[in-house]
Amino acid sequence: MAEKKKKIVKTIKIDVDKCNGCRACEVACSAFHAAPKYSSNNPARSRIRLIRDPLSDVYLPVYAGEEAKAECMGRGKYVIDGKEYSECDFCRSACPSRDIFKEPDSGLPLKCDMCEDNPPNEKPLCVQWCLAEALIYEEREEEVEEPEEQVKAEEVEIGLEAMIDKFGLQKVMDTFSRMSASKKG
Amino acid sequence: MRYAETGFNLEIDLTRGSIERVATDPRLTELHLGGLGTSSKILWDRVPPETDPFSPDNLLIFSTGLLNGTPATGANRTIVSSYSPQTLLMGYSMMGGFWGPELKYAGYDKIIFRGKSPSLVYIWIHNDKVEIRDASHLHGKGAVETAETLRKELKDPNVQVAAIGLAGENRVYLASIEHGRSSASRLGLGAVMGDKGIKAIAVRGTKDINVARPAEFMKLCNEVLQYIKIREEKPVPGVMPILAGLGSPQEMKLVDEEWHTQNFMWGNSRERKRNFWNAEIEEKWRQTQENVRKRLISCYNCPMKCGATISVPGISTYMMKCFSKLTYTMAAYSDLDFGFRIAQRATEYGVDGFSTPQVMAFAVELLEAGILSERDFEGCPTDNEGRFFWLLDRIVRREGIGDVLANGTHWAAEQIGNGAHAYAHNNIKKHEQLPLKLGMLNPVYFLMYCTGEKINITQIEGQFPQSPFPTIEEREDFVKDWIQVPDEKFKQYLMDWEFRGERSNPYYPTVDMSVDIVDWQEMMHYIDDALGMCAGLSSFPLKPPYHIHNYPEFISAALGIDLDEEGLKKIYRRNRNLLRAINVRRGLRRADEKPPENHWKKRFPELEEKLLDAYYKFKGWNRDGIPTKEALHDLDLDYVAEDLLKRGILTDDGESDSTGSSSEAVNQ
Repeated sequence: MAEKKKKIVKTIKIDVDKCNGCRACEVACSAFHAAPKYSSNNPARSRIRLIRDPLSDVYLPVYAGEEAKAECMGRGKYVIDGKEYSECDFCRSACPSRDIFKEPDSGLPLKCDMCEDNPPNEKPLCVQWCLAEALIYEEREEEVEEPEEQVKAEEVEIGLEAMIDKFGLQKVMDTFSRMSASKKG
Repeated sequence: MRYAETGFNLEIDLTRGSIERVATDPRLTELHLGGLGTSSKILWDRVPPETDPFSPDNLLIFSTGLLNGTPATGANRTIVSSYSPQTLLMGYSMMGGFWGPELKYAGYDKIIFRGKSPSLVYIWIHNDKVEIRDASHLHGKGAVETAETLRKELKDPNVQVAAIGLAGENRVYLASIEHGRSSASRLGLGAVMGDKGIKAIAVRGTKDINVARPAEFMKLCNEVLQYIKIREEKPVPGVMPILAGLGSPQEMKLVDEEWHTQNFMWGNSRERKRNFWNAEIEEKWRQTQENVRKRLISCYNCPMKCGATISVPGISTYMMKCFSKLTYTMAAYSDLDFGFRIAQRATEYGVDGFSTPQVMAFAVELLEAGILSERDFEGCPTDNEGRFFWLLDRIVRREGIGDVLANGTHWAAEQIGNGAHAYAHNNIKKHEQLPLKLGMLNPVYFLMYCTGEKINITQIEGQFPQSPFPTIEEREDFVKDWIQVPDEKFKQYLMDWEFRGERSNPYYPTVDMSVDIVDWQEMMHYIDDALGMCAGLSSFPLKPPYHIHNYPEFISAALGIDLDEEGLKKIYRRNRNLLRAINVRRGLRRADEKPPENHWKKRFPELEEKLLDAYYKFKGWNRDGIPTKEALHDLDLDYVAEDLLKRGILTDDGESDSTGSSSEAVNQ
């Protein structure tokens, strides 16, 4: 049986009414995650993006969550305060149906890591840079069901899984056999 | 790898339909930084002074600033330059928003347009893909409407668009270039864009902008953000509300308009209404403003909320900033509701919110004076508001009297004759100014009005308070954390400045002090315009986060060089002199350097001459305002001196062609 454990959940609360549309969050994020740190800037690499339609007064900062490998069926529309949003606007996934939360060069998915750093940051950088206070960092204690201890996947395994996801098990197995044969030979 | 800049310009020849990506010389960055500085260099090198603004040989340059696209807060301005059809001098105008950084991310520092397209086109830039596309479907469309159409057509909400409206298409001298909440409005650059046949430039970029010393640069950025926070919590006491905080005047936020409505002039910059503002009007205007204002909005990477989304029921939404909120209202003797309504149409047409209301008020005055006749106004409604809408429609279409007015008050008066010139009374160098008429000459403002190459006071002023503080305590309080001064002496200037008596306007600040103060203010604007930094966080407000002491560090960390204050000041002087030389080559002389005659009631001709003499001397210019050979040599601008000598504009002894007096110009 899974055991209930207390866990700190880190989130960014988003107050869309306070957003002034400046995209400083994107600037701070892409600078922080550049390598070396702060060496370059490019909002297209940011893990937080502003969904923006100024004339309709839509300003919605969204930060990246888990990647979705396939498009979902969600094409719903929400009208809030007379403004129309699509379901996708609220979605935090990098997904095949759109180009946000993907590295512009490689297309690899991006995910917010709350600016994990050593020493740790007090708050993620986007929150620090949002002087409009539309982004509010929150730590909540939540009870979560912790799955039973698993054997941690080794790095090789993670890599292989990604290959299988992309090319299919058969293709990977074939390639593996062919490569091992040629190496041995 | 190039730092801060991309190292590439786009050269687009519209006549031939050719597009080239050209690597730039890094040496020019060291000499001129970027933005206005390097654009001036291109204009000097490539556009001969006899070129007509509407000639295919004239260039239209859209430039980013050196810091655009870096994390430096507020570095988002686009600098557009060309020769102005209205002043015939170099015209440059800036816009905020998102366009400049987007161009940087697409991989370009500037777009340089030459030639003329045979038909209306728009430019689509998506990283390495650059296309000249047919824009016949956008013909006659509003500037905001054009941007929306392109965003949909290109299927990318992050495309940034700079567009002209009908005014630009019809080469109206008042035409602006519109971009979201921002616009490059002054000096008729929208007309040059229209003349070249460019309806819009749509940009999308997903590349990196690098800085050379990342940790150092980010530390500076964080310091600026911290300072903004502190400064916002602590407005400057004892000055009017719009000057107490940072940003450009917070017109969208503030409802209290006592200061503007009672100190600025109504109509054709004619009448001061000293008792206009009262509780009833404040309440009515508050309702108007709060009903139409959807949100306070910012430019790229800036926490200041200088703009707003405006939705007036029944007409399409637009964005607004700054004083255009009141220019139409006051020119038409109307109210704020009218102001918001007509500004919507004016924004779609793409016209300058400073000049246009004055041109219309000028026309109304000419009608009342019998210089224009009812025939000129045939079909015009008789109510005041209706008349302004009608005039606006005629001007942007160049129909009837609108065709005359479309060239601005100076050229319209020339064409109308019959004493019309007396009504074109609020111009400097043929360009309409803020509607201000004051009492006592202010020596600092006198110099800025006369000599500013931007020909727009809000782009020259800043830093030094506009008037003295009444008590010693207030002065002490102001100077104690005044870290932005380039030299401690400025604190003393302020400490000693009085409302009355010996140490008051016009003789105090003294001639030399006035020159010092103007030089400081100009310096900050020139640096901002090279970096693409918004004046609202730097040169315009009191006690801004960017100043002469931290700018060298920003530039050094961004570029990976070691620039000190002296080095940066020299770049400023180089850019200032080059711009002056461009205008001198186009005929600018001392005789052109004067404020509107009635700007101040109390004038002091002798003092004014001394001020100009001292200013020119300080700059290393001769008595006619022309940079001397020696001054140019010290700024590595020998090629400029040679050209001026060759043309006979300068003579070997430093004199200019039009004055016989000897020059005492010394380099400072």
